[in-house]
Parts: sequence; C-alpha cells; structure tokens
Amino acid sequence: MCLGVPGKVIEVAGNVAIVDFWGVRRQVQLDVVDEPVAPGDYILNHVGFAIRRIPESEIGETLALYEQLIAQAEQDDLMAEDVRNEIAASRDDPRAGN
Amino acid sequence: MPGTDRDQALSELKFRDPVRARALVEALGRRTAELGRAPVSVMHVCGSHEQAIAKFGLRSTFPRGLNVIMGPGCPVCITDTPEVDEGVVLARQGVHIATYGDMVRVPGTSLSLADAQAEGAKIHVIYSAGQAVELARSTSDQVVFFATGFETTAVATAAVVLGGLPPNLSILSAHKYIPPVMEIVAEMPETKVEGFLAAGHAATITGSAVFEPFVARHGLPVVIAGFEPLDILAGLVKLVELIRDRTPQVVNMFPRCVTREGNLRAQEQLWKVFRSTGGRWRGIAHVPNGNLRLRDEFASIDARRRFTIDLASLWDCAPPALAQSCICGNIMAGLSSPTDCKLFGQECTPEKPVGACMVSSEGACKIWHQYGGHPDLGGDA
Ligand code: SF4
Ligand code: SF4
Repeated sequence: MCLGVPGKVIEVAGNVAIVDFWGVRRQVQLDVVDEPVAPGDYILNHVGFAIRRIPESEIGETLALYEQLIAQAEQDDLMAEDVRNEIAASRDDPRAGN
Repeated sequence: MPGTDRDQALSELKFRDPVRARALVEALGRRTAELGRAPVSVMHVCGSHEQAIAKFGLRSTFPRGLNVIMGPGCPVCITDTPEVDEGVVLARQGVHIATYGDMVRVPGTSLSLADAQAEGAKIHVIYSAGQAVELARSTSDQVVFFATGFETTAVATAAVVLGGLPPNLSILSAHKYIPPVMEIVAEMPETKVEGFLAAGHAATITGSAVFEPFVARHGLPVVIAGFEPLDILAGLVKLVELIRDRTPQVVNMFPRCVTREGNLRAQEQLWKVFRSTGGRWRGIAHVPNGNLRLRDEFASIDARRRFTIDLASLWDCAPPALAQSCICGNIMAGLSSPTDCKLFGQECTPEKPVGACMVSSEGACKIWHQYGGHPDLGGDA
C-alpha cells in the first residue's frame, strides 16, 4: 500500500496538480510536498499526495522500475497492483476526455 | 540443480542492466565470504522490498551466508486485532467505514470488516484519504476513516485533517511509526539481526537522520535503499560492508528520494496532527512510540471520542480456532519464515487468510504464496 509512483506534472492549480502517469491523468494534492512544483517536474505520488519532487537528474532511473512493472502488468502481480492502486488513488482529471 | 535458479534470476534482471546486476551479486558474495563466519542476518522493514525480492527472484542470488529477513514492514500486518475490532464494532453500529483495501479482510478477534460487510455493514474501500472526505460529503450519515499505514501514509491523513473535515467525518487512527520498532527488534534477546535495510519511501518523509540515534544506541548499521532490484542489491552490498568493517552508520543509498532531514513540511503536518504513543503491533510486542494517535486538539474528529466503541459486543462471537496457530509475529520478528507455519498454503491462503500476513499485498505470507511458496531457493547456489 505504500510504494509511491512517479508522475509528470502537467498543470498546477493552487493546491492540486494534474499529473500524467503513463498516459493516465490524475489530480494529485500538493499539501505535503516540500518544494514548489511546476509543470514539467516529476513528483512521487503516494495515496493521492505528492510526497517529493524528484530532482531532474534522477528521473530516468526512477521511472525505469515502474515502466517495467507497468509493461508486465500481469493481473496477479502484487507490485504492479500496488502501482496501479497508487495511480487510482488520485482523482480523475475532471477535464479528461474533453 | 544449484545455480539454475540463480542464473534464471540473473537473466530476468537482464531487462535493466545485466552487467551491473552480475557485478553486484558477485560483490555481495565476496563481501559475505569476507565476513568469514556463520550466516549473517539482516532485516528489511518494508513490504515493497519483499515484493521486489520475491518478484525478481533476488533470494536465489543471495549468497548462502546471508539471511535477508522481512521484518515488520507491512502496516496492514501489524495493525493489532483490537484496532480491527474497533472498526468492526463501529461498522456494526451502522457507521460507514472508509478504509484502504487490504484492511477489509484482516481478521479481528472474531470478525473482519469483510465479515461485517456480509452482515450488512457499510464498508467502502478507498485509495486516498481525499476519497474519505468525498464520501462524507456525499451522505449525511456518519463516516469513519479507518486510517492505517506508516508515516508515509499518515502524512496524507494529516493533510486532509488540516484541510478541514466535513462534520460527519471522523478518524479512527491505526497509523504506525517505523523507527521505534527497529529498537524492539534490535533488543529482542533471540534476535540475530546485524543490520537493517530501511525503506526508501518512509525515509523520504522522515529523512535519514531519524536513524542516527538508533545506530548510536545499538551499534547496528542502517542502509536506506530504493525498490529496484539493483537498488536492493547495492544496499545489501553496502550493509554487509558496514558489518564487515564494524563501522555502524546510516548510509543513504536512495538519494534520489531521500535527504538527511527528509520532507520537513510533511513532518510538520504529521506532528501537528499526531502524537506518538506506545501500543501493540500485532504479533510483535508493545512498541513504545510506535502508534500515531490524534492530538487532543483534534478530539472532536477522533472516532474514539465521538463514538462509544463497545468491544465487549464482539465477545459472544467465538474467535476462529485456527488463528491460535498463526506465527505471523515470529515471522515479522525475523525468527521464522512463512513456510515454517503449518497452516501456510493449506488452511491459510490468500482466499481464506487466517493471519494478517496472508492478507496484505505487502504481507510476507501473501508474497511468498503468490511468488511460488518458498522463494528462498538460493540455499545451495
Ligand atoms: S510504508 Fe514504507 S516501509 Fe512500509 S511498505 Fe510502504 S514503502 Fe515500505
Ligand atoms: S501462513 Fe497464515 S496462519 Fe501461518 S503465519 Fe502466515 S498468516 Fe499466519
């Protein structure tokens, strides 16, 4: 329940960011992240909250594991399931599909 | 055949960086051999580490002389039976319960939340604290957020509390705080743990410095590692090195997410809402300062104060007899493995869990069951 998932910030509106997780856009709360977040940044999302802005130089390494997990996406894979749940934890982007 | 599992695991690591993986596996073997003594045990305290170890077959690449034990690293597994009972009693009183998915099937004294739901109780699985707020806004009934998880998750609860809750929402906190339980494990007389691998994401919040007093007190090294197979291997190499050199210290091998001081803003919110207090962790012990409870200032949204929770109302339901044979506690203390439990995979399965460790996707028993019973195939590799 606590893996955390990186995503790319698309837009920031006050306390909420629209974040892209491999094509899925979600709202993530910015209440607890410790640095200002801007479009283009990557954040680590845990249960719907950004807990860390990931330094730019580290993005590649951070994303690799998740890419692997998501690509495999076997139904009964516990780690992939945790990643999917983390993405589900944030709210739908209300404008998605418009 | 010895070696085959190891080769297979190494070829599965190919997707990333086979050269580095092989180099790290070899380094780990060399470091462990350099210790020149009987098995060394190290403990990780993170369900996600166990998932990665099992998923990528890492155990089969570990040298024979190194035991990597999963400690109390899953917040679901260590939620104590009376805490589950509190949720069950509230649910049976007709209150809506919102909680994270894994909690629903964790056995209480006699019933789980899923059992209560089968009787008609209103249980809602949520993925985020924010969804508890939305649920409360959508009804005029009382809603209780049964909030579980370590500090990483507790900060999210703190943030919604500080954001202001709808009047019909209250919090039943079963949040737990990791650093104190490491003390408990280190002090267990039977313990053979010589070093800890700490979890990258919890440390994102607390910072690496939180482990410094522990290292000073117990003389045991702590290495913070990420969740990639290579992160875990590299963390173990460093940990064995520190044991070999008798230089206990905190080493942060996950600098891309963890700093020395951690996320100060999150810590501030966490401690504004919660205070740490002693309490039991299921199967482990009473852990001083291991529980996070709402501060007095938040009494009005504390479900324990808003409602009378009559645990005795559960006592006429007989506790399940099998639960007495569950050895989750020994597993999380690093004294036993899931396969030492005679119920493992027999009476106790993910479909019909007897103990909490078989419920959670971060529970040792569930992970071992899912990834092939006994992932520790490396004994003679
Ligand atoms: S809360 Fe932290 S320690 Fe626990 S499983 Fe999640 S990442 Fe690991
Ligand atoms: S297999 Fe089931 S009964 Fe045995 S220790 Fe694990 S959770 Fe408990």
